[in-house]
Amino acid sequence: MDVLLIHIINSLLYASVLFLIAGGLSLIYGVMRIVNMAHGNLYAFGAYVTAWAVGTMAAGAPVPVLLMLLPVGALAAAILGAILEPTLLRPFYRRAEEYQLLVTFGLLMILEDLMRFIWGPYPLSASEIFENFGSLTIGDVIYPTYNLLVIGVGAAAASFLWAFIYRTRFGVVLRATSQNMRMAAALGVNVNRVYVQAFTLGCFMAGLGGAIIVPSQSAVLGMGIDAVVLAFIVVVIGGLGSLEGALVGAVIVGFVREAGIAWFPEIELAVLYLAAATVLLARPAGLFGRP
Amino acid sequence: MSAPTRVLGQPRAGSSSRALLVAAPIAALLAVVPLVVPPYGAILLAYGLVMAIGALGFNLLLGYTGLLSFGHSAYFGVGAYSVALMVKYLRVGSMELFLLGAIVGSVIVTAVFGIVCVRYTRIFFGILTLALSQVLWSLAFKFFWVTGGTDGLRVPTPSLFGGLVTGAGDKTVFMSHAYYYYVLILFGACVALMWVIVNSPFGMALQAIRDNETRAEFVGVRIWRYRWVAFLVSGVFTGLAGALWVPLNGLTTPDIMHWTFSGELVFMTVLGGFRSFAGPVVGAIVFNYLKTYAVGYTVYWQLVLGVVLVTLVLSLPTGIVGSAEKLLARFQRSRP
Repeated sequence: MDVLLIHIINSLLYASVLFLIAGGLSLIYGVMRIVNMAHGNLYAFGAYVTAWAVGTMAAGAPVPVLLMLLPVGALAAAILGAILEPTLLRPFYRRAEEYQLLVTFGLLMILEDLMRFIWGPYPLSASEIFENFGSLTIGDVIYPTYNLLVIGVGAAAASFLWAFIYRTRFGVVLRATSQNMRMAAALGVNVNRVYVQAFTLGCFMAGLGGAIIVPSQSAVLGMGIDAVVLAFIVVVIGGLGSLEGALVGAVIVGFVREAGIAWFPEIELAVLYLAAATVLLARPAGLFGRP
Repeated sequence: MSAPTRVLGQPRAGSSSRALLVAAPIAALLAVVPLVVPPYGAILLAYGLVMAIGALGFNLLLGYTGLLSFGHSAYFGVGAYSVALMVKYLRVGSMELFLLGAIVGSVIVTAVFGIVCVRYTRIFFGILTLALSQVLWSLAFKFFWVTGGTDGLRVPTPSLFGGLVTGAGDKTVFMSHAYYYYVLILFGACVALMWVIVNSPFGMALQAIRDNETRAEFVGVRIWRYRWVAFLVSGVFTGLAGALWVPLNGLTTPDIMHWTFSGELVFMTVLGGFRSFAGPVVGAIVFNYLKTYAVGYTVYWQLVLGVVLVTLVLSLPTGIVGSAEKLLARFQRSRP
């Protein structure tokens, strides 16, 4: 029974981080119709910046200070996104989708090596925070407290995002642009600005995902490339461009992954990819997507 | 895409003879390469030719059918692993049997994947092919008792032409001469076959689907079936490339099934220009040199390749061949 509870918590932990990555990816696609292959690298970038700030720059500082430094990675990813969109992506909106995929694939390679250049080939960790949170006992199983914080942040981010998109003026503009970019522009919406804001917000979420997971794991090269494929699976299951879909997709993938690790480790990844292919076959637009 | 989308370099009537006129000197040049360059140069070019076969197959989908696959690493990997598993379980050593096995393997896999994928276009096709290729990658990665996991599987030097040429003796000499010519012959055969395919009524139908799916359907082209056959042919070419690649490399690892390798195939094709027949061939050979020297020169080779790709897409979207043709056309026009 306790073991089952632990499995459920682990699934939610995994789902929280996945939602942050895939939610950003989906938001960007929903508004800008661009599939950002380099999105995983922004997640990795957030993880690296936080690990660098917490584990290297402020090593030895009191824990509250370290916790304050945690969102630095998310902010850094947001800034990077705000720079990338107008410079690199804007020339491609009028061109075929294939070119957009290619340019973001090029960006993936560039960012991957930039991180190697800045932080070197070795893993970077910020485990001080993780250790300071200690652990609690659930039944007779010892479980790290920090993981619960990650789930909390994931849930908070999901509700914040929902409120932001459905309850604010900015959200209305964002949804209008996503539904019909030309009409929104005709009504006086500055589409270029909405695009920058959406891309920045998406990158912020990815960076936040990296920032909150890095104390319990560590920042390694290639983490972005692994993450982006899982994020693809999430958005394919949930529906490209739908935030509800990203949430449901992340929870499904989180549970399948956890079950896979526990009961069928050999085919755990294969089952995930096959699940995505099956959903795409049955509902091409995903569970929550607009066809 | 609404402008007339005639493929650049697309043959006009009776231009097969013109194509032969271009191909003959290139073939002669490629044939003398092992005699004049050091073995390493010939082996490097053999890698390039192998990749060219793969990219040629890939471009039947991207350039001629208008489908961007991000999962062709799977078929390359199926070709490579078919060979490696034949060595491991059947103790086969003949290259012809390897090629046969790779063709059978890739036909089976692409036939199944194709049924699933050809219903979609654009971004969904790309993601679906990516997801399916990752299934194979994760299997190759996890079933280590069959595939060797990340250690991969070794493949010894095969015997060529039904045992007439064996790999006994110096491996470098074998690879840079006998095997180079073997690759060259198959490369020539693949180029000729692909030329026939894209200029056949079938190839024309694919281009019609690419340019206007609805109209093509109205004219009576059965879209899914044509796409499926194109998918099959494309995958088998890439599988063949994988089979030829394995003995050259001596080892196959799950890396070649990972989706980033699919990205490299896309890169090669765009580098050469996917709007022309020769584009992927040129692109693959150039990419092979580019990557080899970038890897040798710096640990940040991905950065180099990424910058090249972004610049290319920004400024030369028609690739090397397309840009060269444009330059040539301007040059001819300026002359009286």
